[in-house]
Amino acid sequence: MEEKKFAIVATKGTLDWAYPPFILASTASALGYETEIFFTFYGLQLLKKDMDLKVSPLGNPGMPMPMGMDKWFPTIFTALPGMEAMMTSMMKKKMASKGVASLEELRELCQEAEVKLIACQMTVDLFDMDPTSFVDGVEFAGAARFFEFAGESDICMYI
Amino acid sequence: MADFDQELDASGLNCPLPILRAKKTLTGMESGKVLRIVATDPGSVKDFEAFSKQTGNELLESGEEGGKFTFLIKKS
Repeated sequence: MEEKKFAIVATKGTLDWAYPPFILASTASALGYETEIFFTFYGLQLLKKDMDLKVSPLGNPGMPMPMGMDKWFPTIFTALPGMEAMMTSMMKKKMASKGVASLEELRELCQEAEVKLIACQMTVDLFDMDPTSFVDGVEFAGAARFFEFAGESDICMYI
Repeated sequence: MADFDQELDASGLNCPLPILRAKKTLTGMESGKVLRIVATDPGSVKDFEAFSKQTGNELLESGEEGGKFTFLIKKS
């Protein structure tokens, strides 16, 4: 049986949204899928050696907050200095306490499983990003390269 | 619980780690050998069924012992 293929476009660069691409890609590999992730725009943050991603309660009414703050805390205060750092630190602690893998660990598992990581060359140029700040093994390419694989994929998603 | 050749303790780990660890352990095992997995993630019950169906590694047994979920998987 020919290997199934799974293609992902990762576009988001926050701590919470970094999880779906790495969780799905590592799991797909364990299930025998050949997997590629195309990182574009803010998704490129996920390729940095030092990810240092944040999560923000600002403009995110669906985000559960401690002490039921998501129910009564005025939205405007989520924009206060320090809120992002505080929520990021709390989210990381929560994740560790629940046995949720760190992003670094999931990314490593993806690389071990030979998930292909592709960086959007156009975005790298646009934001003057330093390719040496990315993890090893990243391929730099454009949209046509994505379609080469995605066109033959069994599952294709945009995150 | 039937006999097994190797054991993996995935207690305290959350999705998708139990599956990823199991896959890694199975990769290093010979065909026909049986892996016993212990997990605490309730989602792992459906996940190991799905893993078995999709990878062809047979799920011989699945159970719960004192809040822990156990699985016996035979390497294909």
